Amino acid sequence: MIRSSAILAVLLLGALPGSAAPALALNPYESRSDAVTRSEIDNLVLARLEKLHIEPASLCSDGVFVRRAYLDVIGTLPSAQEAKDFILDRSPGKRRALVDKLLERDEFPDYWAMKWSDLLRVKAEFPVNLWPNAAQAYHRWIRTAIRENRPYDQFVRELLTTSGSNFRVGAVNFYRAMQNKDPQTIAQTVALTFMGARAEKWPKEKLAGMSAFFSKVGYKCTSEWKEEIIFFDAGKTNAPDTNCVVPATAVFPDGTTARITADRDPREVFADWLIDPKNPWFTRNIANRTWSWLLGRGIIHEADDIRPDNPPANPELLAYLERELIASHYDLKKLYRLILNSRTYQLSAVPRTDSPEAEANFAHYLLRRLEAEVLIDALDEITGTTEQYSSAIPEPFTYIPGSHRSITLPDGSITSSFLELFGRPSRDTGLESERNNRPSADQRLHLLNSSHIQRKIDQCRMVQYLTQGKKTPREIATGMYLGILSRFPTETELQNVEAYFEAGKMKPREAAVDLAWALVNGAEFLYRH
Amino acid sequence: MSMIHNADNRSFKPWSDKQVTRMAATAISRREAVQRTLLGAAGLVLGHHVNLRALAATPSPKARAKSVIQIWMWGGPSHLDTWDPKPEAGSDYCGPLDKPIATNVDGVRISELMPLLAKQADKYSIIRSMTHGVNGHETAAYMVQTARAQGGRDVFPSVGAVVSLFKGYQAGYKGLVPPYIVLTEPQGRFSEAGFMGARYKPFATGGDPRQTPFAVEGIVAQGITEQRQRGRRDLLHKLNTLEQALPNDPQLAASDQCEKQAYDLMLGDGGKVFDLAQEKDEVRERYGRTTFGQSCLVARRLVERGVPYITINYKGGWDTHKQNFQVMRQRLPEMDKAMSSLLQDLSEHGLLDNTIVWWSGEFGRTPKVLWEAPWNGGRGHHGQVFSAVVAGGGFKGGHVVGTSDAKGQEVKERPVYPCDLVGSMYELLGIDPEAKLPHPQGLTIRAVPSATDGVTMGGKLKEIV
Repeated sequence: MIRSSAILAVLLLGALPGSAAPALALNPYESRSDAVTRSEIDNLVLARLEKLHIEPASLCSDGVFVRRAYLDVIGTLPSAQEAKDFILDRSPGKRRALVDKLLERDEFPDYWAMKWSDLLRVKAEFPVNLWPNAAQAYHRWIRTAIRENRPYDQFVRELLTTSGSNFRVGAVNFYRAMQNKDPQTIAQTVALTFMGARAEKWPKEKLAGMSAFFSKVGYKCTSEWKEEIIFFDAGKTNAPDTNCVVPATAVFPDGTTARITADRDPREVFADWLIDPKNPWFTRNIANRTWSWLLGRGIIHEADDIRPDNPPANPELLAYLERELIASHYDLKKLYRLILNSRTYQLSAVPRTDSPEAEANFAHYLLRRLEAEVLIDALDEITGTTEQYSSAIPEPFTYIPGSHRSITLPDGSITSSFLELFGRPSRDTGLESERNNRPSADQRLHLLNSSHIQRKIDQCRMVQYLTQGKKTPREIATGMYLGILSRFPTETELQNVEAYFEAGKMKPREAAVDLAWALVNGAEFLYRH
Repeated sequence: MSMIHNADNRSFKPWSDKQVTRMAATAISRREAVQRTLLGAAGLVLGHHVNLRALAATPSPKARAKSVIQIWMWGGPSHLDTWDPKPEAGSDYCGPLDKPIATNVDGVRISELMPLLAKQADKYSIIRSMTHGVNGHETAAYMVQTARAQGGRDVFPSVGAVVSLFKGYQAGYKGLVPPYIVLTEPQGRFSEAGFMGARYKPFATGGDPRQTPFAVEGIVAQGITEQRQRGRRDLLHKLNTLEQALPNDPQLAASDQCEKQAYDLMLGDGGKVFDLAQEKDEVRERYGRTTFGQSCLVARRLVERGVPYITINYKGGWDTHKQNFQVMRQRLPEMDKAMSSLLQDLSEHGLLDNTIVWWSGEFGRTPKVLWEAPWNGGRGHHGQVFSAVVAGGGFKGGHVVGTSDAKGQEVKERPVYPCDLVGSMYELLGIDPEAKLPHPQGLTIRAVPSATDGVTMGGKLKEIV
């Protein structure tokens, strides 16, 4: 470890001749520790930063790490106790141990099923008539696959090749969760989801050639209301009334012509081509997406717009991740582990440069507002309150019991006004950009002053607990900082809180409510950092 | 709720560019602003009160309207008991309301329960031949408020979402108050923004304008004094350690900008538009101290500040399956007082010329009274023919468009479909019929519905435009 930091220092000094290394700022976000070993990821990132003369940020503090890891891995805020235990833990390998623990938590499949349900468009109605039963089956299939850590290539193959009932075989809903079910739309959706490519920008012939693989997808009704069977319809021909004319010969996007016998489901031929480790798109897409989910930005940006004229910011890094993923037989948890244990992932969000290229080259952790679901779940957790979620789509109307967290909602049609206001994706297109985490004034109004949030804070369990007995403002503040911001307060913060409790001649409870209000309204709570 | 700046620049370009420009504009100091002059091709003049609308839009010569006040008669009030009385049809149709009164326009008579509106008839026109034929609340409400046929893949945005898009920030509206306001509860059971997405939804005020203070959700908090609000804000800023560590972060700067706007509404002048204590008592009395009355007064104040679209969601119990006439006697005087005051007040303030007032429910009610139990003089849903009223913004007053038959069962002359009325409003608002709505899949959908969209049309309201 000493060796690696020495190398880092040498690198930095070499990279920045003439500029003295600035002293580390005294803030609760950075750490002077070098307790994280440099990995191959870090070598590749640092090599690039060195070339660009960009100084990387410091390692993040333990308080930042525990919060970041919980939010990024399981979409859940650590409890005050969990945060405190981690910060006070003196064992050297505690960050690695935490990553291992989080990857096994029940919230892991909840949170990542939510993410995949965005991309796979799991939503009962409008503009896609998936229907509530089918949305539930689809979500259940996704969550189970993630819980079992099914190899990613198998996950994709099943989505692409399964046949059966929309209510009983969840994966077949992949072919139903689209606005049009013509071969071309299917091909575009497959390209976007599993190749990270916008096929609508391809030459027409290329898209047409790929469409042919999806020209035999059959849909038929059963006697059960809204049930639909997806199957290999060998005799299917281009319907005379559709505009979408599909060529008879299927051509892979790499230009190779496929040979498909009449009795072979062309979806399978395509899937086998797609998930081959030699496929140039398949591994690259998922490696880059996984990186972007954890680091806040793809090595190719945007993560679902991979094309020759949008090159990766760090090709060596992306190639390395691809190699590792193939070597692990598409074990996504291994890839998560690899990234989460890197120093690069664990850098502070406080940049040590004003270079405009810092962000694209991962010189610091990227600030991101919490997703709508994660934000409301965190508020519920802190305050001990619940939310109501419902779906207006009938048969049956769906009401979700109050104890459910929003990251577990199976169906995009089940929602609340808070989720809508804070930019939950509509699950129409499967584009990553559908999720809108940008701030708006009405969101600020809602958090600062709405009766919805006021009520939660007034009933806040943490406030009630901390204002029992004769706790000092310092004790109250410490408890609240751990519970809301997952760290201990600084001395300055403690003094400010004390001054607030004393100045207004307020009742301790009122002042504690105001403190909780101020902490949940601060950027440190609202953003991943 | 869609409001002010969603600092979003992904989905719909023209809108967000304006927003970004606006954010930059508000971020610089006033002095700097005055020092700067024209900025680029957009021709934005910062720090000056220049009407950007004139620069941004290319209005047709007819375009006079700047704002719309939609009086939404949720439930569907009876046309016979309001704007289309039929005393000659006999008491099985008109019930006890058999003495319609003359208005200040020759030959036009309306319900005897609306004497004040009778004196304002020169300001509005009555459409007595509205029709869509649908008798279900949700579908009918959707058709009237989106002007589109129901069914099909897309859920269309409401008139309010469309108007606030084209007449809001994109067209130079600069208010802090969101461009699409609903007083007080959302219409519900109908997606206001449709495919345009959640950020085009209206800002529903909540609260009750009859009460002091009018507790507008998010803007006026109950039980928290202004002093405590200010104390809290100071505390928030003192404890904002992350922002202090990241002084140059553009995301946090954007978030701060949003917070400033929020506080302008909460503690600054922005939210004062909802403070009816600023109105004289006699004005408040004239509108009536009812939720609807005071909502009309708030609507006038919002129009004064340039808010392009206000819906008053008038939940007056108009779904009169039972005891229709009792409800009419109770509710129509309240409506009469408030709506007549609104028209008069808008006119006296010089606002009626560029404000459209649009009164409509989702349908009318069955002309034949259901006397038997359990209805006891009730009326059912009736989408075959019903009445709507428009005033101001370029609509002529004192006219009647179309007629219903002798018993108010069917359209007799000149059917007017929702898209005819809405299309006429868009024309007066200067909304380019060729303008496209932002669609998540990039489909081409024009702002103004036309026959190619599968809607039935009777023709624009040329008679009164």
